[in-house]
Amino acid sequence: MAYSEKVMDHFANPRNVGEMSDADGIGEVGNSKCGDIMKMYIKVRDNIITDVSFKTFGCGAAIATSSMATELVKGKPIDEALKLTNKAVMEALDGLPPVKVHCSVLAEQAIKAALSDYYIKQGIDPETIVGKATECDES
Amino acid sequence: MQRIVYADNAATTRLSEKAFEAMKPYFCEYFGNASSLYKLGGQSQKAVDNARMLIAQCINAPQPNNIYFTSGGSESDNWAIKGAAELGERKGKKHIISSKFEHHAVLHTLEYLEKHGFEVTLLDVHENGLVRPDELEKAIRDDTALVTIMFANNEIGTIQPIKELAEIAHRHNVVFHTDAVQAVGTVPIDVQDLGVDMLSMSSHKFHGPKGMGALYVRKGIRLPNLIHGGGQERGLRAGTENTAGIVGMSIALKESVENMAERNARLEKMRDRLIEELLKIERSRINGDRINRLPGNVNMCFEGIEGESLLLMLDLQGISASSGSACTSGSLDPSHVLLSIGLPHEIAHGSLRLTFSDENNEEDIDYILSKVPQIVERLRKMSPLWEKIVKESK
Ligand SMILES: Cc1ncc(COP(=O)(O)O)c(C=O)c1O
Repeated sequence: MAYSEKVMDHFANPRNVGEMSDADGIGEVGNSKCGDIMKMYIKVRDNIITDVSFKTFGCGAAIATSSMATELVKGKPIDEALKLTNKAVMEALDGLPPVKVHCSVLAEQAIKAALSDYYIKQGIDPETIVGKATECDES
Repeated sequence: MQRIVYADNAATTRLSEKAFEAMKPYFCEYFGNASSLYKLGGQSQKAVDNARMLIAQCINAPQPNNIYFTSGGSESDNWAIKGAAELGERKGKKHIISSKFEHHAVLHTLEYLEKHGFEVTLLDVHENGLVRPDELEKAIRDDTALVTIMFANNEIGTIQPIKELAEIAHRHNVVFHTDAVQAVGTVPIDVQDLGVDMLSMSSHKFHGPKGMGALYVRKGIRLPNLIHGGGQERGLRAGTENTAGIVGMSIALKESVENMAERNARLEKMRDRLIEELLKIERSRINGDRINRLPGNVNMCFEGIEGESLLLMLDLQGISASSGSACTSGSLDPSHVLLSIGLPHEIAHGSLRLTFSDENNEEDIDYILSKVPQIVERLRKMSPLWEKIVKESK
């Protein structure tokens, strides 16, 4: 199994890593039994994601996809962030080994979980906008 | 220049220079088929005979013809287990005893036999990674055909009381096989003293060439034919001999056995220092018994981090190691070995195995110690699991 240079770059030098004390939305997906947990923090002003950061427990691909997902939504309007797909994350990383595709799914879900939390904090039901949050599947 | 530390000698080892030199003439010069009548064939036959004798001596086998060459540890395990199963089945015995943390070459062979009507009992290896002899005794039944217990575990390096286990099996007239792939060339092996009926070994674990192994079979065990064809390996395993590989394996084993005592004294010192220092990292643990352990094996868990990212970080620093995390096992579950000693999934995910050979030295340990703690700290800093662990402990 080999990672692309982009994956290794985002793994070795992850962007936007760390906690955010004044986040407007925090999302956490995955579980420690499966071996990956991703936690995303977002800051929102006028429907724009002005800042984003992450913390991840997981393999190289989990860290790299988290990092790339934050890059893809940073500075973007919420509408656009909602359209983020795991495929876009993978493509931006020049691909992932097949066994690591689930990491990109987790990264997409983590962004969406943070957005859901943001809506909840705004008193808005996130389900119609973001969709139902799914858990790490153990299939 | 960056230091390179190869610390994955349980996965495979570098070919020894001496073995390499000894192999060279058998590619282009003495290329004859060992079964041929002319001189060129005879030279190959002689080389194979000498190698067989050398290997027999290294494990104190009574006769060279107790040694059967194979393509490696996996083949030896498959042959021994399927062969003993067939011998048992002829007498209506369809029960096999093994342990929970065998190599997949054994476990998957047993799963295959289960599909063919065999019953398998896997003994617990407990927290320390050791089989308990009384539990073996209790597990033996009238229809037990085989007991197969590994000599030393490939992940956590624990060494089983093989002599005692073989004695128990024999008291009940049960055939005893051991997968000694991690032990041969690493610790002293005397098949007569151990009393085992069959023993598997693999050349690439002791600085021999890859794709070579052997099965020791005690006289009196009439193992069924593995590969049908020509008369090689006393007609039991057909196919023109890999002369160069056989020669290389024998020279590498001889070399490993010759400097074993001196090497192990050195490796044990390195191992113990590394374990002591790494245990200073908060929430770390050593996996497997500290005493009954291969001289070059260190296996630790660091809570709150995941093994693959640890390995990648180490690789960026020139250190080659391995882990039992799910991400490195290619499934969602961490290594069956770490689960078998009772580790919860989330701790097993954070495992690191460092395995050393003659080619490693104290400077390697210094270098590893200068890198691992800082990498663990860096990964923990970005780990939400670590954050939880710290919070919960307060
Ligand atoms: C304990 C054990 N048994 C069997 C094997 C398989 O050996 P080989 O790679 O020679 O087939 C290995 C090596 O991976 C091992 O460590």
